[in-house]
Amino acid sequence: MFSPQRIWWKPLGRLERSWLIIAFVWCLFLTAMMPIWYFLGRQNVPTTSYRVTPQQFSQLTTDFIAQYKVDEEKGIPVVAPPPGDIYLIGRAWEWTPILKLKKGETYRLHLSSLDFQHGFSLQPANLNFMAIPGYDYVITLTPTQSGEYSIVCNEYCFVGHHLMVGKLIVTE
Amino acid sequence: MAVIAVPWDDKQTGAVHRICTATGLRVDLAAQRLIIANAVAAVVFLAIGGLFALLIALTRWQTIHLLPAIWFYRSITAHGFDMLVAWIVFFEVAGLYFGSTVLLNARLVKPRLGWIAFALMLLGALMVNGIVLAGKADVMFTAYVPLKAHPLFYLGLVLFAVGALIAVGLFFATIVIAKVERRYQGSLPLVVYGLVTAGVLATYTLISGALTFVPALFWSLGWQASFDPGYYRNLFWSFGHPAQQVNLAAMVAIWYSLAAITTGASPLNEKFSRLAFILYLLFINLGSVHHLLVDPGLSFTYKALNTSYAMYLAVLGSLMHAFSIPAAIEVSLRRRGYTQGLLGWLRKAPWREPGFSALVISMFLFGWMGGVTGVTIGTEQLNMAIHNTLRVPGHFHATVVSGTTLAFMGMTYYLIPLIFRRELRLKRLASWQPYVFGAGMSLVTIGMIASGIQGVSRRHWDITFTQAVFPASIPGTVQLTLAIFAIGALIAIAGGMMYIAVVLSSILSRRVHEPKAATLVIGPVDMTPHEHDEEDKRLQPKGTFVLVLAFLLFFATYYFANWWLLGNQSWIVR
Repeated sequence: MFSPQRIWWKPLGRLERSWLIIAFVWCLFLTAMMPIWYFLGRQNVPTTSYRVTPQQFSQLTTDFIAQYKVDEEKGIPVVAPPPGDIYLIGRAWEWTPILKLKKGETYRLHLSSLDFQHGFSLQPANLNFMAIPGYDYVITLTPTQSGEYSIVCNEYCFVGHHLMVGKLIVTE
Repeated sequence: MAVIAVPWDDKQTGAVHRICTATGLRVDLAAQRLIIANAVAAVVFLAIGGLFALLIALTRWQTIHLLPAIWFYRSITAHGFDMLVAWIVFFEVAGLYFGSTVLLNARLVKPRLGWIAFALMLLGALMVNGIVLAGKADVMFTAYVPLKAHPLFYLGLVLFAVGALIAVGLFFATIVIAKVERRYQGSLPLVVYGLVTAGVLATYTLISGALTFVPALFWSLGWQASFDPGYYRNLFWSFGHPAQQVNLAAMVAIWYSLAAITTGASPLNEKFSRLAFILYLLFINLGSVHHLLVDPGLSFTYKALNTSYAMYLAVLGSLMHAFSIPAAIEVSLRRRGYTQGLLGWLRKAPWREPGFSALVISMFLFGWMGGVTGVTIGTEQLNMAIHNTLRVPGHFHATVVSGTTLAFMGMTYYLIPLIFRRELRLKRLASWQPYVFGAGMSLVTIGMIASGIQGVSRRHWDITFTQAVFPASIPGTVQLTLAIFAIGALIAIAGGMMYIAVVLSSILSRRVHEPKAATLVIGPVDMTPHEHDEEDKRLQPKGTFVLVLAFLLFFATYYFANWWLLGNQSWIVR
């Protein structure tokens, strides 16, 4: 609250110095964790992305659906693609198509939005990524458990936001 | 004792002042009027934001599910703006005027500019509230393009930012003129130093805000064809995140003041505390990237370097304050003879004094809940399991509400006798208020984090998806954790109403009060700065050292638990 004595540049006390060192070491450790996990960990944030217009992305997905469509559920196509490039569109307020994947196989999921920003939230695996119009976000993923998953939109995308939920199936 | 008083030459500057009966500080009446206006505006917006908080909590509590979807989203938009921007920035402006005049024994230069700033901010804030309630801006506080709001929404934000920027400029000018006119001698007091840190961060923040919302305004008017959503996110968070760091710096400055007022604590080592503020200044703005960790278009290096504030150096600043403030309190209480054991001083602390309990609860919840969860969320890979879930609001309700808001509430109780010159009424209610608010906010935080871990997303009207095409794989246990959150919110809102009751009943009284002491419930506290005696074994902050080590242990446990969750339960993703 008050002006300090004229000379306040003084050496730290014993406990202050000890805490400063402990805290700094902890900070260095926190810093190191991210690169360590980047090289050794199995879960990392994808860094591949491309520019894409909504029209281009819509075309890519339409072609993809036409090629691998196996079924339809509530008006949304179900596709069973081989490992490799797969596409998912987020738009107000649905995820298209329903992807049928195989456990243990690796896919390159292209994720984008055709209108607003959407949030790809895979539940219950709890993996979350942004779907932003104009960006093709490539997520290289390998399902580790079979079952039925839902894709909740977790970025507010106007008044129908809470209606936006998609489906993803992983088979053995 | 204050800064050394230098006689005023009021004839020349035209400033009129009074001498505070409790502290002997000179109070420029022009500054006093502006502090009162800004503080009152802050409390009004807190009350409005609190009303929306009530509606939101009662909607997310699935059993009650009060509001229809559209009004739920509208309420969140208004709640976000009123709390994060209007309440906090109005209060901070009051704090800046207080720090640059009263604490420096100085006059406010150009009070008229202060009123222009106030008018712009008020107009902006009313414009945003009006347009949101009119249903023309259901875009959330973040207003991510291409969601489009009415132009008045962006204009309101720009006016508010410009007004705040003028206020910050006035704050700097006042400090410079105070030095030129030799109103104080030596270095700035630590509290003002902290406020200067907040002021510098605010300048960067508000300029970023203008860079975000001016193009957004043009885009909304149709003068600009498009606005890249990726760039918008980066720009917006250069405003949105640093705005919280302004709160952080201002809150820490207020922590130091509350510690001085309620226990007579003075910083053990000015160099240590000032260095911690410098670390904020240099590194904290990198934290904007916390919001972009799972965005396309950015590299690992960009994300990791920025999210970690280079080397967690801003976190280091907070860890330093986390030691230095309790240590100053401990040493001050030990000097008064409370030297029993490690934590005997804590038992003898003035727990009934609202400023003290507000300080301790604010520091505890900010650090243990807000800080720990913040570092975890801001870790690049861990963010994949957290982004946009309820864990994010869980974190920032611990920092901005339990931390900043409670600290500001505690500070208000002292501004009422010292600046409003009214006796604090309903003192028993004031003594209880920080506990009620803190208890409620703890439940809010825990409920939100527990729901978020189970995958509940933020800003979501109906997590049971009754109207959606597919059911969602969200476990039923979230009903319980959401109920914990909502009950906590009701308790915290009761605490907020207690605060508003105390403030209103005090400031609406007509009788001018001349306080004898700065404290409210306990007897006067000697605030004279004292030299720390390194040699005296009984005066070492040993208790604080043990407390911070316990904190670090908790921090590490939570942090590693999150890595374990990611590594064990997630799909393989790259």
